[in-house]
Amino acid sequence: MTRDSRENGSIREHVLVGTPIAVESTAVDGVHDLGGIAGFGAVDHDTDESPFHEDWERRVFRLNIGSGPLRANLPAFRHSIERMDPAHYLSSPYFEHWVTGVATRAVESGLTTRDELEQRAGGRFPLSQPDRGVLPDDLTSRTEPRYTVGEEVQVREWHPPGHTRAPRYVQGRRGTIARVHGFADVDDIAAHGGGSVTDPFYSVRFTSHELWGEGGGDREVVHVDLFERYLKDADGPRRSP
Amino acid sequence: MAPDDHPDHHHPTELAPIEARVAAIESVLVDKGILDTAAVDAIVTHLEDNLGPMNGAQVIAKAWTDPEYKAQLLDNATAAIDALGFGGPQGEHMVVVENTPEVHNMVVCTLCSCYPWPTLGLPPKWYKEPAYRARAVREPRKLLAELGTVVPDDVEIRVWDSSSEARYLVLPMRPDGTEDMSASELAKIITRDSMIGVQRL
Repeated sequence: MTRDSRENGSIREHVLVGTPIAVESTAVDGVHDLGGIAGFGAVDHDTDESPFHEDWERRVFRLNIGSGPLRANLPAFRHSIERMDPAHYLSSPYFEHWVTGVATRAVESGLTTRDELEQRAGGRFPLSQPDRGVLPDDLTSRTEPRYTVGEEVQVREWHPPGHTRAPRYVQGRRGTIARVHGFADVDDIAAHGGGSVTDPFYSVRFTSHELWGEGGGDREVVHVDLFERYLKDADGPRRSP
Repeated sequence: MAPDDHPDHHHPTELAPIEARVAAIESVLVDKGILDTAAVDAIVTHLEDNLGPMNGAQVIAKAWTDPEYKAQLLDNATAAIDALGFGGPQGEHMVVVENTPEVHNMVVCTLCSCYPWPTLGLPPKWYKEPAYRARAVREPRKLLAELGTVVPDDVEIRVWDSSSEARYLVLPMRPDGTEDMSASELAKIITRDSMIGVQRL
């Protein structure tokens, strides 16, 4: 196995040996979806308020906000980071995620090639994995909120292979509508070329015990902002027990 | 073709340093006429100079000293904050959540790094890192205690995961003994961390 195929992780290998089921199981829920994962240890807190700590971080920020067409679709940019190799994502500083995402998008849009980037950089330039996202079936905008404050809802459980703003830790869980925020474009659709499709979005309140069972904390609640199409009526049938 | 789809192709074994990778993509974008570094520098400088917790502190100090403003802020934070001149990108849908003797609020973005730029600036490093994003929703009371903020067991901890378009600012409780202070004096004691909700004043 070349270093390159190791670096690109399991997806490439599965594609090469033609095991679509294995592919399906590899990239569900990106490594960025971190809520509730154990083992990261203490928060390395400091009171420093400077936005950038090294010059290259400032340059990454500058090239990202200045790269017009690559920046225009924010959900697609976020997804280019979410597609990073998990080990690379977790072992690299935050602004390295940005530069990896921008470079991936530049290659995908035909502006450059990985070879050219590696030639200019004088070494290996790891990019993100291919975009496996597909557009949802329902591309209809919703213009009237279905739910009101106080109603019980349940988050659908579907773990899409592409971009979503429904964190893994709330999928399948029951909560209460705490706020009706308004309307916004559904990121899952915009990220994969479906343009502007709007949904009402809500703040949904979950108890810690609903999310973490016996491991939850008393008098701890989590409010998560969710698009209406992520939700279903709480008294509907559960897909899994 | 996907970026890494070169099955028969060998890439360099030596990882290019991050500075070299940044320079490489930057030079491509400049050569293609997409990036005008001088023009964007002005935006970045504006952000560095004018956005930061000093803005959020003014919002909070006004809310502490002006009950009518506080009511507006809790009712429509975007408009109330805009009225002080702190609108703009990542501040288009603001929500202010109020700490009380019964409720302590804290803010996280478990999926990435969503943060209210006009009022707090760019997020601190720790806010974007896995430990904070993973633990804030799982064991907030323990996490806060580790950061030196002990929230009594009978106080509800309410974590706001900014997973969509809304951006959150915590309205801390006004500390005892500050009754005689003016809004501008109060703004000086309001910290970034208290407006994220990882600190109590």
